[in-house]
Amino acid sequence: MIEIRNLTKRFAQHTAVDNLSFRVQAGEVLGFLGPNGAGKSTTMKMLTGFLAPTSGTASILGFDIQTQTLEAQRQIGYLPEGAPCYADMTVRGFLEFIAEIRGFRRAEKKQRVERAVEQLELGKVLGQSIETLSKGFKRRVGLAQAILHDPQVLILDEPTDGLDPNQKHQVRGLIQSLARDKIVIVSTHILEEVSAVCTRAVVIAQGRLLADGTPLELESRSRYHQAVTLVGSEALDQEALRALPGVAGVEVNEREHSLTVLAEPGQVIFPQVNGLIAERGWQVKELNVERGRLDEVFRSLTRGEMV
Amino acid sequence: MTQLPVIFRRELASYFATPLAYVFILIFLVLSGVFTFYLGGLYESNQADLAPFFNFHPWLYLFLVPAIAMRLWAEERKSGSIELLMTLPVTRAEAVLGKFLAAWAFAGLALLLTFPMVLTVNYLGEPDNGAIATGYFGSWLLAGSYLAIGSCMSALAKNQVIAFILAVSMCFLFIVSGFPMVLDALSWAPQWLLDAVASLSFLTRFDAISKGVIDLRDLLYFVSLIAAWLAATAVVVDLKKAD
Repeated sequence: MIEIRNLTKRFAQHTAVDNLSFRVQAGEVLGFLGPNGAGKSTTMKMLTGFLAPTSGTASILGFDIQTQTLEAQRQIGYLPEGAPCYADMTVRGFLEFIAEIRGFRRAEKKQRVERAVEQLELGKVLGQSIETLSKGFKRRVGLAQAILHDPQVLILDEPTDGLDPNQKHQVRGLIQSLARDKIVIVSTHILEEVSAVCTRAVVIAQGRLLADGTPLELESRSRYHQAVTLVGSEALDQEALRALPGVAGVEVNEREHSLTVLAEPGQVIFPQVNGLIAERGWQVKELNVERGRLDEVFRSLTRGEMV
Repeated sequence: MTQLPVIFRRELASYFATPLAYVFILIFLVLSGVFTFYLGGLYESNQADLAPFFNFHPWLYLFLVPAIAMRLWAEERKSGSIELLMTLPVTRAEAVLGKFLAAWAFAGLALLLTFPMVLTVNYLGEPDNGAIATGYFGSWLLAGSYLAIGSCMSALAKNQVIAFILAVSMCFLFIVSGFPMVLDALSWAPQWLLDAVASLSFLTRFDAISKGVIDLRDLLYFVSLIAAWLAATAVVVDLKKAD
């Protein structure tokens, strides 16, 4: 378990992390969300023992990050933002160095490196120096380094930033495969990623906790939660839709030639809308129920904070 | 300190990852030859010792040693790999010491490659080889002091060129602090301060050791100087790592 208690980091000019407290249990994949400069990276840097908190503390599997830093660091696999590596080393040399630092020698070192190389498909570039690798490969080297010692806690700062869609998909698959009975904290500002891999999402802005829940719970805060979007062949009667029970309003999307019927909080309106379509005999080309739009929740949460 | 050898090996290998190390060693060997034979007049002195060789080391090191030290921390901070290093289960002391020892070993290797000098004086006459060994040891200690200063300056600056210039300036201060012109400029100061400044100088200490005289106080001077600058490095790394 990771326990963060009143974690605060002040720099000369501003407060980057402001009295943050939450817990993460084994088996959870925590998506750490927030706009740029929200304090995500600073929090991760404190969790990994790189930065000392101004006040408050955190413990990793019971080891305090300030008083038992080395013990805590042994439990963590960390991918810093931008996946910095020793650029002049070869992939093999670099991973062997990490394995040795993690205390593996000889046969076990070899085996650990081989396994990480296999998991991230680095076999083809083992002999190349890291500076000659593409961005995707560099990121994978960073991930290989983080998972090499099979840590109980994985902290990944924007692991898919700058990767192409295929590589993103691959990294997400990897995170999910690693996540079993581990603690994974992933920071991101890509919201689709949260729905794709996370079991829990924490939103922060200006260093403060704004929301904490499963991605579904967050989505249900959206005004688009349970909304129904329809694309009709001809113009549809908006007044009739608006008059249905449980409907909060109707939005016209000019570009898609569609209507979005919004539901009042807690209401399910799909049966009513469907009934109306059948009753009037409308020709409807598309009909979707929305789960809610995370980006909209994210914007309203973080913008509300800025004002 | 179990991880110290791992840091040491990586750091030492990284010197040889680029041709820079070989170029450096070549320049060092050529320059020390030029200084010894042309400026130092080894032949003209008609003495079978290496005084002309060692005499120039403080000046030769002034520019060459900061060049070895400048990348130690500046490079890590620039590339961001310091975040990786400091979040691995390694103590600060291991990191600082491992890096310093690697640079010191590299300097030692360059120094050992000047062995043809020893062969030359042994061919020409019958030198005191014990004194020569002491001289080498003193020169290595001197290089270590420069390196410890350079390592601190490298932790201070993110840019290697700035780290180099800072290190050269600081080492220069430690060389000239024993010079009459510096002491004259400080003539208003109380005697104990003058003595303190004068006793900080590399030159007087190194002079004695390079002549084959090992005084415990001189040894202690170099060792404590290195220790103090490495401790300062650890503090600076901590303060500056996140910038």
